[in-house]
Amino acid sequence: MANHTIAHDVYVPFLEKKGIWSWLLSTDHKRIGIMYLISISFFFLVAGVFALMLRYELLTPVSDFVQPHTYNVLFTLHGSIMVFFFIVPGLAASFGNFLIPLMIGAPDVAFPKLNLGSYWIYLLGTLIVLIALAKPADTGWTFYTPYSATTDTDVVLITLGVFVLGFSSILTGLNFIVTIHKMRAPGMTWHRLPLFIWASYATSVLQLLATPVVGITLLLLITERTLGVGFFDPAKGGDPVLFQNFFWFYSHPAVYIMIIPAMGVISEIIPVFARKPIFGYKAIAYSSLGIAFISFLVWAHHMFTSGISDIAATIFSFLTFLVAIPTAIKVFNWTATLYKGSIHLHSAMLYALAFVFLFTIGGLTGLFLGALAADIHLHDTYFVVAHMHYVMIGGTVMGFFGALHFWYPKWFGRMFNETVAKIAWLFIFIGFNVTFFPQFFLGVQGMPRRYATYPAEFESLMALSTYGSWILGAGIFIMTVNLIAGLINGEKAPQNPYGSLSLEWQVPSPPPLENFEEIPHVTDWSYGYGKKK
Amino acid sequence: MSTQSHTGQNHITGNKTYIIVWAVLMVMTAVTVYVSYINFGILNIVIALVVASIKASIVALYFMHLKFEDSITWVFALFPLSLLALLIGMTITDTFTRTIVP
Amino acid sequence: MGDASVEHSHGHHMDPAVEYSSSKLGMWLFLGTEILLFGGLFAAYAIFRAKYPEMFFEQHVELNKKMGAVNTCILIFSSLTMAMGVSAIQRGKQKATAILLLITILCGLGFGVVKYFEYSAKFHHHIYPDTSIFFSLYFLMTGLHMLHVFIGLAILGVLFALTIKGKFTAKYNTPVEVGGLYWHLVDLIWIYLFPLLYLIG
Repeated sequence: MANHTIAHDVYVPFLEKKGIWSWLLSTDHKRIGIMYLISISFFFLVAGVFALMLRYELLTPVSDFVQPHTYNVLFTLHGSIMVFFFIVPGLAASFGNFLIPLMIGAPDVAFPKLNLGSYWIYLLGTLIVLIALAKPADTGWTFYTPYSATTDTDVVLITLGVFVLGFSSILTGLNFIVTIHKMRAPGMTWHRLPLFIWASYATSVLQLLATPVVGITLLLLITERTLGVGFFDPAKGGDPVLFQNFFWFYSHPAVYIMIIPAMGVISEIIPVFARKPIFGYKAIAYSSLGIAFISFLVWAHHMFTSGISDIAATIFSFLTFLVAIPTAIKVFNWTATLYKGSIHLHSAMLYALAFVFLFTIGGLTGLFLGALAADIHLHDTYFVVAHMHYVMIGGTVMGFFGALHFWYPKWFGRMFNETVAKIAWLFIFIGFNVTFFPQFFLGVQGMPRRYATYPAEFESLMALSTYGSWILGAGIFIMTVNLIAGLINGEKAPQNPYGSLSLEWQVPSPPPLENFEEIPHVTDWSYGYGKKK
Repeated sequence: MSTQSHTGQNHITGNKTYIIVWAVLMVMTAVTVYVSYINFGILNIVIALVVASIKASIVALYFMHLKFEDSITWVFALFPLSLLALLIGMTITDTFTRTIVP
Repeated sequence: MGDASVEHSHGHHMDPAVEYSSSKLGMWLFLGTEILLFGGLFAAYAIFRAKYPEMFFEQHVELNKKMGAVNTCILIFSSLTMAMGVSAIQRGKQKATAILLLITILCGLGFGVVKYFEYSAKFHHHIYPDTSIFFSLYFLMTGLHMLHVFIGLAILGVLFALTIKGKFTAKYNTPVEVGGLYWHLVDLIWIYLFPLLYLIG
């Protein structure tokens, strides 16, 4: 008899069901992850275009492309969209959603409907900010009082949008924490978890506990503007620096929300493409928690020149140095993993290596800024701009692009053109450094940030930075086209093209709806590369 | 196997316990209102906060069953409080150690 | 072919014990975020009280201590009935649970009524959120709290409706317990608001 009986259920890839509502109403973590991925990528490109416009204005010392007010709006939108629409949800909402259940051997997250709700709330937040663009804010993404309480632009709506986005972040963090605690497969002990999970856990704690504080802060700003409340208004007995204290209590942990998942990605990519077990698993795992904990202690290092007391400034400067320790531990361990490894320079590995190099620069320059005496000179200069972009692009975005290239076959069941991917990487790497490295020098020489016009002596470095932005933009364009082309006519992906030992690679590409036919029983960690059988 | 262990619940608090807790809360409320009419100086705020914290603790421990919850729940119940203490503590430190230049 | 039979929620069933402990942990995590949300206001209170003790001393007498005390008693009692309601459904007593939930809801509504009178009296005396920092704190803290009372009432309302429909049993009553935790938070916050705003000057 013709034997068509299949010993197991029919493999239904999660991408099978078509139609917009099958996506928008899906509680499947994999689909939700892709929806976040599409949304955040779209906003990344939009905010990137604003950045290109900013840099184009800065080609010359005078305000010839846009007026100063428009320039202020542009950097406010660039910052707000990048921070709140792209990088904070970022790797957590997209890759976290896709990978966490797969990596721990679960069929989905703990609260799938809440997960979908988080995504809808995210969309609502972006919609509110879109409406706010009728009279866009010019306060900078940090919304400092007293200007934000008095400016004529629509601060209420944009901060309301950010408030709503905060809810999405909180609920996602909540979901992931419960998932990791309660839904690990049998045998998946804490010390067998992939490092991306440790990173996601630390990030989720920050999302959960830090975000409410910015929520209340922005609500208070709204009541200043609408009800005449005066907590931040000196004329009414308030203190504008209080806004900064509350704002940075969230926003400093927020930058670790941005970077820790990317570090998790690096910990996953490097062992695979060095064919070596990760060096110092426990150190890396606990350093994620350490970074998250310390990140709550350092917020006022953003306020050294705002008029805080010398005592407070000294305490915060000292605490800031502490955060370098767990961070450095990670860098040492990644480097040690590479040592004597069998290195494969796949595009994902190129991004991971770029991360280690560029993030180290970003992190070290953060120490310069954390040093109180140096910061008095460097605060609000291009040095800060360079530092933050080295950690956010050189760090998080490299991690994001690396994750895209690494898990692409798993998500989409396709392969992209590896050669073009490497070319794009080269443009991005060169373009990024040409854009931002000169900015360290500009900062030390005194060029302030958030200015549309500047003294003529800075023109050559500013122009160089702008040319770099064009190279960077071109690289991102090539990368994007390449990845989309792969979706359309890339070859079908095998289950495990890179020989990874992690659970998500032990299911077909793309994964079936239910993730695992049978929940796996885990007996070892996922970094046993290079072992002889 | 009893159905209770199947769902993970293992302890149902009796109404008697709840009523005792409620009575204690009412007594403490009366105490805190009474104390507010007397001037103890700086102690007024100390007493008020201490009493409020005791009330909050027994609501959490008994009404909310925190007494019977696992350690992870305890961590997440208490950690936010320490973060709050940090926020208040450092902001006050900053505000009150500023030297005002005349 | 597998399409029609496969839900987009791919209907995997969580073990009831895991679902129960996950839901409880999830609610405790959420309560943690509420502590930090209100925490910002408590921080503002601490700072401005330390800065302007006389303002707090002079202006807090405008607040009606008796109404505040009544509201405190209402909320504490509602916490009692809520807790008893959870125990009742854990014993499978649907009717008792429904009654206790109803009493809890009525307490919550009563709290709202008292606050309505309080706020009206303030506005009648031309005291508004922008009158002073003390009154900003009063209105914002009690206002945000009141918002959470409303949310709690909505949750309790849904629980009440589901209880009388017989959805909860001794075996499955997670939403009641989890909804109860939220209601207790509302009580917890008021336990601090009452002395801080009404009692200490």
